[in-house]
Amino acid sequence: MSQLGQVVGILRKLNEEYQISTPKKLKLIDAYLVYVLLTGIIQFAYCLLVGTFPFNSFLSGFISTVGCFILAASLRIQLNKANQSTFNVTPERAFADFVFAHIILHLVVMNFIG
Amino acid sequence: MAAKVTTNQSTVNDGSGLLTTESELNPKLSSKKRLSSSSNTLATSSLLSPTGLTSLISFVVLTCAYISGFMSRLFSVIRFESIIHEFDPWFNYRSTAYMTENGFYNFLNWFDELAWYPLGRIVGGTVYPGLMVTSGVIHWFLHMINIPIHIREICVFLAPFFSGLTALATYLLTKELWSKRAGLFAAAFIAIAPGYSSRSVAGSYDNEGIAIFALMFTYFLWIRSVKTGSVFWSSCTALSYFYMVSAWGGYVFIINLIPVHVFVLLVLRRYSLRLYVSYSTFFILGLILSMQIPFVGFQPVRTSEHMLAAGVFALIQAYAFIEYLYAKLPRAGDLKQLFFGLMIMIGLGVLAVVVLLTYTGYIAPWSGRFYSLWDTNYAKIHIPIIASVSEHQPTTWTSFFFDLHLLICLFPVGAWFCIRELNDERVFIVLYAVFASYFAGVMIRLMLTLTPCVCVLAAIALSKTLDYYADTETSDMNSSPVVTTNGEDESDNESETNEKNNRNLYDKAGKSKTVTGRRGPSNGTPDGDDDANIVSSNIKTIVVICIAMMLMLLAVHCTWVTSNAYSSPSIVLASYNNDGSRYIIDDFREAYYWLRKNTPERARVMSWWDYGYQIAGMGNRTVLVDNNTWNNSHIALVGKAMSSNETEAYKIMTMLDVDYILVIFGGMIGYSGDDINKFLWMVRIAEGEHPKDIREQDYFTESGEFRVDRSGSPVLLNCLMYKLCYYRFGELQTDFRSPPGFDRTRHVEIGNKNFDLQHVEEAYTTEHWIVRIYKVKKLSNRLQAKNALRQVQRRKSIYASTKKTGQARKAGVILNKPQIKKGTKVTRK
Repeated sequence: MSQLGQVVGILRKLNEEYQISTPKKLKLIDAYLVYVLLTGIIQFAYCLLVGTFPFNSFLSGFISTVGCFILAASLRIQLNKANQSTFNVTPERAFADFVFAHIILHLVVMNFIG
Repeated sequence: MAAKVTTNQSTVNDGSGLLTTESELNPKLSSKKRLSSSSNTLATSSLLSPTGLTSLISFVVLTCAYISGFMSRLFSVIRFESIIHEFDPWFNYRSTAYMTENGFYNFLNWFDELAWYPLGRIVGGTVYPGLMVTSGVIHWFLHMINIPIHIREICVFLAPFFSGLTALATYLLTKELWSKRAGLFAAAFIAIAPGYSSRSVAGSYDNEGIAIFALMFTYFLWIRSVKTGSVFWSSCTALSYFYMVSAWGGYVFIINLIPVHVFVLLVLRRYSLRLYVSYSTFFILGLILSMQIPFVGFQPVRTSEHMLAAGVFALIQAYAFIEYLYAKLPRAGDLKQLFFGLMIMIGLGVLAVVVLLTYTGYIAPWSGRFYSLWDTNYAKIHIPIIASVSEHQPTTWTSFFFDLHLLICLFPVGAWFCIRELNDERVFIVLYAVFASYFAGVMIRLMLTLTPCVCVLAAIALSKTLDYYADTETSDMNSSPVVTTNGEDESDNESETNEKNNRNLYDKAGKSKTVTGRRGPSNGTPDGDDDANIVSSNIKTIVVICIAMMLMLLAVHCTWVTSNAYSSPSIVLASYNNDGSRYIIDDFREAYYWLRKNTPERARVMSWWDYGYQIAGMGNRTVLVDNNTWNNSHIALVGKAMSSNETEAYKIMTMLDVDYILVIFGGMIGYSGDDINKFLWMVRIAEGEHPKDIREQDYFTESGEFRVDRSGSPVLLNCLMYKLCYYRFGELQTDFRSPPGFDRTRHVEIGNKNFDLQHVEEAYTTEHWIVRIYKVKKLSNRLQAKNALRQVQRRKSIYASTKKTGQARKAGVILNKPQIKKGTKVTRK
């Protein structure tokens, strides 16, 4: 029981830490990440329930959600001031790369979705 | 440019090997002016700045590498003509020609009726379209700007063109890994290395020609994205990976090597956020891009070969997430153990999921082609077609040296240097070296993937060595490079390339003494680097000269190998007469042309699968089996037809609707690549599918030898292949010293001569009897029953009794027969 209490304590501390230290821009991206994650989970659950018949459509949609998640996470990492030393990229450049990758991703998704 | 300011003690070295000092007092020198010491009479003018000179040298060296790579692949075009070589390129050429005539979408949806006779072939779904699309784009572009080059010329010269681009890509990769100097060496090496040029000579229009370029370029972009952690470079890596997937089945190598690299970095505790960003972006974009190729289809999510990439992807997501939480926690230090334990558990969990999915069948196990790389005996037992290809045999050590010469000796040295000064990128090249060495040892064909790695690491070794040994000046000295631009002579290129990279760019050995002499007085002055002067400059010069000579030998060897061993078109043979003049043997094209002109358009030709693409490409006739070898049972049927006797074979041939049979026979001129030498493989493949009818043992003598002379096995001497090859050969006397019917390839007199063919008739035999074409006769109008007793049908005689009493034949009655009693006289009544 004390372990459960420990875990709850850790989680609460994490939550506090998160609320305090992250700037608003990053919180916005985090909310977007959660949304994309939910979309992905819903798609996967649908596939499990109903079947994979147009497999390419399922793959295309699922990979689209995973791709959006990854790209948004990368953007968040690059925008985070704490990581400035590893990345050496301006926020505008990070966003431009984000848009570039998204263009490629969505063109391919549209081609693949059948 | 003003950043070239140096401090008092240290020197600044850049890629052009210039040492700038500021022994003069003013540190704010304009970089346009270079100081020259009094002893250096080769001072440059104010036009040359250090970085300008660097880029000039790089440009010149890379251009020389491109041109020498292009030129060294042109031997067969100069000696013979601009023609597509070998077997596979003929199919690629035919599909490219189809694409340029009918458009891209018709090519993607093309159903080829000329191949695999009753079955056909869905070309769009069974081919890697990258090669055809590349040639098609070049063709379209050139025609658009009104340069009407025929598609055949584009196809023939595509591989040399891309070899120059490969040199550029290798330069970029090595520049990321080590330095520009090593990059220039690597470009020069890969331009001429026989391991690569063997598969990319002019005329060898095959996937590897562009695939190695795509491979090097993808690796360069991957290293760049790992170094910068930028989403842009990762997306570019994914696009380059897409090009590679469209080009060659060897893309599996990329999609396994990069995850291994990431995994090893995780294990070595070199995880960083750059790694996370670059791998995740590359994986997800690469995954969906690779599934756009119809041939690849859903394999990236369904087969074991791609599971490593997915597994590492899941692992790195978990790692990044836990690392993020870990960084957020205040009492981070205590939970290190928990962190590691969690990571290991997640790793094992991912592995367990993959194994479970493989067991339950959702994920296909490793396919035969790749499994045989792990278990080398697998192919011999289970898939004889893979085992029969000569390129799939294990590599001998001599072919390592033959294909790579000096580079294979420098290769471990470069790997060692990379290990000693390890960083994220060099882990990659070391892993590439390890895996490529293993694969090159398994199959000769995979020497090709080893060659770029060897070039890179050898360049690194050489560059690091020359960094030390070519630096015969002390830090107080200035030197100016002597830029020698002797014309672009192919044989001089290697020495030129080498010399441009030396700090002392002297031409002859004789000059070095005076050069050193001139710098004599300054040798005594101490300089900043302690170990620069452990070895005296005389010895350093000697070492550099020795290295230069070895590199010149490398260039000579590579050119010789490319010229002698890898430049034969194999569709045209050349031999040399006693007086040295060349004698061309053009039998293949003669036969295919005959087929094209003298057979009905929808005729079906049966031959062994080696020649299928050539018959379809040059003869334009339907074939039963070709080099694609996707249907083993069909090939086994053809093999069975060739191995059975004539009557059995005729049944199979009528079932398959064959009109013509084509065999290759080398016995008249001693050509050793003919069908009798391949015959045992036909038997083995047929035995795999029809073990009751064909047994390999039957074709050997009692002592287990394969002989075609009188003591050969009777099954062999009567099979269809034997008869087709040796029909009328028994009458031919090739040489007055040998008996008629002497097979020059097997060096024996054949055993079964002067036989007749029953169900086929000879249609065409080429000038040197290499290609023999037979027409299959239709069923005869009147069946002749041989050796059957002649049954004469009698009409019923009117004198015979019509009474149907009794089955047994009644004894005939003689009217008024006198009764004879023995011993008494006959009395007449």
